[in-house]
Amino acid sequence: MYTLSNRLRLFSIILMVVGLVGLVIGFADRPGSIEEVKEMMAAHDAHGGGHGEAVQAASHGESHAEDAHGGDAHYEHILHQLQNKPWASLYIAAFFFFMIALGVLAFYAIQFAAQAGWSPVLFRVMEAITAYLVPGGLILFVILALSGFHVNHLFVWADPEVVAHDKLIQGKSGWLNGTGFIIRAAIFMGGWLLYRHFAVKFSRKQDESPEGNVWYKKSFKIAAGFLVFFIYTESMMSWDWIMSFDPHWFSTLFGWYVFASLFVSGITTIALITIYLKSKGYLEFVNNSHIHDLAKFMFGISIFWTYLWFSQFMLIWYSNIPEEVTYFITRIEDYKLPFFGMLVMNFIFPLLVLMNSDFKRVNWFVVMAGIVILCGHYIDVYNMVMPATVGESWFIGISEISAVLLFLGLFLFVVFRALTKAPLLAKGNPYLEESKHFHY
Amino acid sequence: MASKVIHALYIDDDVLMDAVKKVRAEHYHIEEIFTPFPVHGLDKAMGLPHTRLAITAFMYGCVGLTVAILMMNFIMIEDWPQDIGGKPSFSYLENMPAFVPIMFELTVFFAAHLMVITFYMRSRLWPFKKAENPDVRTTDDHFLMEVDAGNHDVNKLTSLLGDTGAVEIKVIDKEEDNH
Repeated sequence: MYTLSNRLRLFSIILMVVGLVGLVIGFADRPGSIEEVKEMMAAHDAHGGGHGEAVQAASHGESHAEDAHGGDAHYEHILHQLQNKPWASLYIAAFFFFMIALGVLAFYAIQFAAQAGWSPVLFRVMEAITAYLVPGGLILFVILALSGFHVNHLFVWADPEVVAHDKLIQGKSGWLNGTGFIIRAAIFMGGWLLYRHFAVKFSRKQDESPEGNVWYKKSFKIAAGFLVFFIYTESMMSWDWIMSFDPHWFSTLFGWYVFASLFVSGITTIALITIYLKSKGYLEFVNNSHIHDLAKFMFGISIFWTYLWFSQFMLIWYSNIPEEVTYFITRIEDYKLPFFGMLVMNFIFPLLVLMNSDFKRVNWFVVMAGIVILCGHYIDVYNMVMPATVGESWFIGISEISAVLLFLGLFLFVVFRALTKAPLLAKGNPYLEESKHFHY
Repeated sequence: MASKVIHALYIDDDVLMDAVKKVRAEHYHIEEIFTPFPVHGLDKAMGLPHTRLAITAFMYGCVGLTVAILMMNFIMIEDWPQDIGGKPSFSYLENMPAFVPIMFELTVFFAAHLMVITFYMRSRLWPFKKAENPDVRTTDDHFLMEVDAGNHDVNKLTSLLGDTGAVEIKVIDKEEDNH
């Protein structure tokens, strides 16, 4: 049995408190009026020194042009972007940690559906990570409900004023409306949580009464059913929760793209937590071949993610249709560093670091690659959400970092507390012996 | 000079693996093992050095990538630039996304083909080569372990091999030049 050390508990609680305080500051710091935005920008330009003057001159020219059109439209735009920013960073962090747990849930179900022999020694780690789906899902659901009913301005389709002047969104409003959005979110999350509940229950029952593998067979059936449900709902979830930030734009492989991202993040998290537990002297039955296999998945799914990223990018880049290509133009013009930095972190780095077979068994190599992959996929979500919500007014500031700390603290607290609830070895699993003796 | 080897035949890969471990534990030298299919972990059990094929594959992949870049640069940028889809071909970097599929394919193509050719050359396999395996049953369902008898006591060695589960043991006087 695993016991949660006081240090880890304290660490996660400190993360949550610091994150919460930072978020409150982030929300309180939002500019309340156009005057404040002007002040902030003037102060910012002054800090910039000589370089800033040119910018200021340029923006003067712009504002003169806009004055003719009716005053402070430009500053009002920036005001709305900055007011959105803490909400968007809260949303990104909430979604990112939720998607890790969801990716692990899918990976767990695949192990059962495929009757995998190598992985049963890792099942309890996976079950513990999916425990985060409950609190993480509730928080995300509340944020989604607030956004869907236009308490904040994250989704432009939720703003009746915008929709009234927008033919394209009007045409999509049968799908993109607050009520439908919430009902769908409830169905998606309800289904995932239901599977999680029964999968964990069956796994524990199998430990108690392994004769005849009655519970194992139930796990198999429910896993296969869940995977069918999952791949449909995950795809729709990606349209609703991510793609609808840019309601004019669409990509037909977006569901797969988000899936690759959450899958690789989930697998990476399994590897990181397994290595952590092993370093603390638990999981003595996990050998370096298991770590090797997890690292192979990290490597492979990183390549798969790149394949989907490129498939989406190249077709849109090549055809150059204005309504499609605008998505990448905003990202390349305003988000150059995160956009290309993410490619380096999610593709080139894991490709080079994890290519060598021997490196996949060196724990610190896997940890290092894993941390970079997780940061890279956070930035991936950031790139999907921020351009549509805060536009060019982005920077990684106090609210982004605090939101990540808050959810990281919650994630660690929930996951490691869930680990204490059951023995670390799923001893009733029929493939356990094969898994223990797994060697590459 | 003739050297003495012992051929021990097995009919199960698990028995063979155990036998390899036992024979090596007794410090006998295993010359070669002939199997009808690749036996997982046999190379480690025999103590063979790690293959360097993976390193060559990486280098061949780099060669393929370079060839693809140079080739596309010559064809599409230098030799015959065209304006395709409003993207005039004046710079490799700006048109790079269009060349990625070719870069990827040639990387894989070079790595795969040259790796196979290297593997054949390294294992001394080429068309019309005479088969080296001493017993045709190793191409069907038998596993043959060739142990160097050298200066060892042949009787002791054969009884050891018998204990490990060999179904047939033969002592062979092998000429140096018979293959």
